[in-house]
Amino acid sequence: MTPSVQLKNVYKRFGEVVPVDNISLQIIRGEFFSILGPSGCGKTTTMRIIGGLENPDEGDVFISGKRVNDIPPYKRDCSIVFQNLALFPHLTVNQNIAFGLQFKDLSKADISRSVSEMLDLVELQGLGERKPRQLSGGQQQRVALARSIVLKPEVLLLDEPLASLDRKLRDSMRIEIRKIQKETGITFIYVTHDLEEALSMSDHIAVMRDGRFLQIGTPVEIHDHPKTRFVADFMGATNILSGRIVEKTGGSAAILTEGGLSVTTPANDRGVDDSISISISPEAVEIRPGKAEWDIDNKFSARIQENVYLGDVSEIIIALNPTESIKAKLTRHSKMRSSELKVGDEIQVGWSNADINSVAD
Amino acid sequence: MKRNIFSRLALGNKLLPIFVILVFTVTYAPLIVMMIYSFNSPGHDVQIESGYAHEYVRASEKWNGFSPVWYKRILSDKHLLRALVVSVIVTFTAVPVSIVIGTMTAFALYRFKFWGKWIFEQTLLSTLLIPEVVIGISLLLFFVGFLQIKLGIRTIFISHVAFTIPLVTLVVIARMQRMDPTLEEAAMDLGADEIATFRKVTLPLLMPAILAATLLAFPWSFNDFVISYFVAGPGSTTLPIYIYSMLKVGVSPVVNALGTVIVMFSIILVLGASLMQRLRKS
Repeated sequence: MTPSVQLKNVYKRFGEVVPVDNISLQIIRGEFFSILGPSGCGKTTTMRIIGGLENPDEGDVFISGKRVNDIPPYKRDCSIVFQNLALFPHLTVNQNIAFGLQFKDLSKADISRSVSEMLDLVELQGLGERKPRQLSGGQQQRVALARSIVLKPEVLLLDEPLASLDRKLRDSMRIEIRKIQKETGITFIYVTHDLEEALSMSDHIAVMRDGRFLQIGTPVEIHDHPKTRFVADFMGATNILSGRIVEKTGGSAAILTEGGLSVTTPANDRGVDDSISISISPEAVEIRPGKAEWDIDNKFSARIQENVYLGDVSEIIIALNPTESIKAKLTRHSKMRSSELKVGDEIQVGWSNADINSVAD
Repeated sequence: MKRNIFSRLALGNKLLPIFVILVFTVTYAPLIVMMIYSFNSPGHDVQIESGYAHEYVRASEKWNGFSPVWYKRILSDKHLLRALVVSVIVTFTAVPVSIVIGTMTAFALYRFKFWGKWIFEQTLLSTLLIPEVVIGISLLLFFVGFLQIKLGIRTIFISHVAFTIPLVTLVVIARMQRMDPTLEEAAMDLGADEIATFRKVTLPLLMPAILAATLLAFPWSFNDFVISYFVAGPGSTTLPIYIYSMLKVGVSPVVNALGTVIVMFSIILVLGASLMQRLRKS
């Protein structure tokens, strides 16, 4: 099966800056693929290289198996939805959507049929004669989508399309975009810095930093098994303890953290004396009263450092030792209520081995 | 509250209206006087068909009654009408040419990098700062000394194109810099090649600037005196040059009529343009 898009050792520099540093990628036809990373990591440049607006200094770009390095953007079978939408202000919604169609051999009737199909798809019926400035942000967003989708490209590239929308609109547009992608079957490449967007919409995610891909996998793989500390951090894993493996037995390994804690983790492929970081999801951290009986894999005496109320949940920061702190997330279903925990209380904190993630560095 | 001379004089917000009235008065009073006196009847009989509008006729400061005689004299002066034709021909051919070249120049300066770009850009725009006399002399030397061609309508045309291009370029480039570059990228991504992108996206978006440049360029060329004076030849007198020669003989009330005509023409042009704008917006 030819991949929809393929990048081989693509490299791009702008003077001193190297936004794309030897990346390779294969994207399956019809999937929703996200490139996730912080601002400035090179994800937009990567997208522009695929789209043809930038030329790589080294490496090859393939679309549907064809090498497109020398093909200009107007001849490539892909379409870009820009971050600022780039709707033509001097044209109506209908004319915007029809813009790309005029370069194909289509009759006027065909064109207007396609345009009205699109208006139905993105639910903007009746707004065809308006100008972009007469539409709301969400409506403009949908026009931009329609304008690209109507060309039935092999690949649709979206550059942080929801960045300028408010919270509620973003949430509903996320669902719509995913729905449209599934309905049309077009390969979507979605560039974003928002974790939730990537996790909720994608079939696969590539986490990018400083021009390199750190990890490529499904949302579950990346979230539950981050390979590097940066990826874990980006996934929102806040409880990262670094240390050394001191002993390996059968199904587990013992780690001595920098703060002097002995932690047991499930077996992994690192050897004794290797450095390792582990992360525990805040939801998996449990708290018990200081003197209670408790049978759990990892258990430590600790002190409450902070109790942050966030409405539905509370975040408790617990000091394990002078140098290491850990965050627990308490909901109303947790064993202990956040109201029972005061700053300075001596408590027990613990987690089971199954909830530990070991990460590479 | 600031304790300065203005608050002390307790003029408060009366100062602004006073200032505005002063500005309008200084600007328009001479024009209004000119327009009134253009209809001033001469104190004595004046020959209409003398063939020269600027035959010395004593200007009367008194109002002698309404008379359109000065306008009739304009129409009967063949040399004046000839100069008008020359001005119209020059301006209406030079301005479109400079608009096209100026827009292309703006596009090139905005979009491309090429060797010598900075020098080119700076010299082009600094021509707007060079005194017209200097431009006039240099063009004269260029035509007569270097190219060794005869002075005439052709040389006036070339000169007008030359000094209008920087103006057009400046206006268009200013607009281009405020234009969103992703619009052109979007057009290319959607299938338009460079030429189609220019035609369907860039040009329509530049239209306001191009129109503004046109409205600026027309009077700039039509009313030009200094440069035209240097490069005009015998038989290719423009209207401003002719008016100047009229004044050399003596201030004649015909000048009032001529001035009124020119002012009215400009007013009609500007009103027409803003009317068109209003119609387009609705």
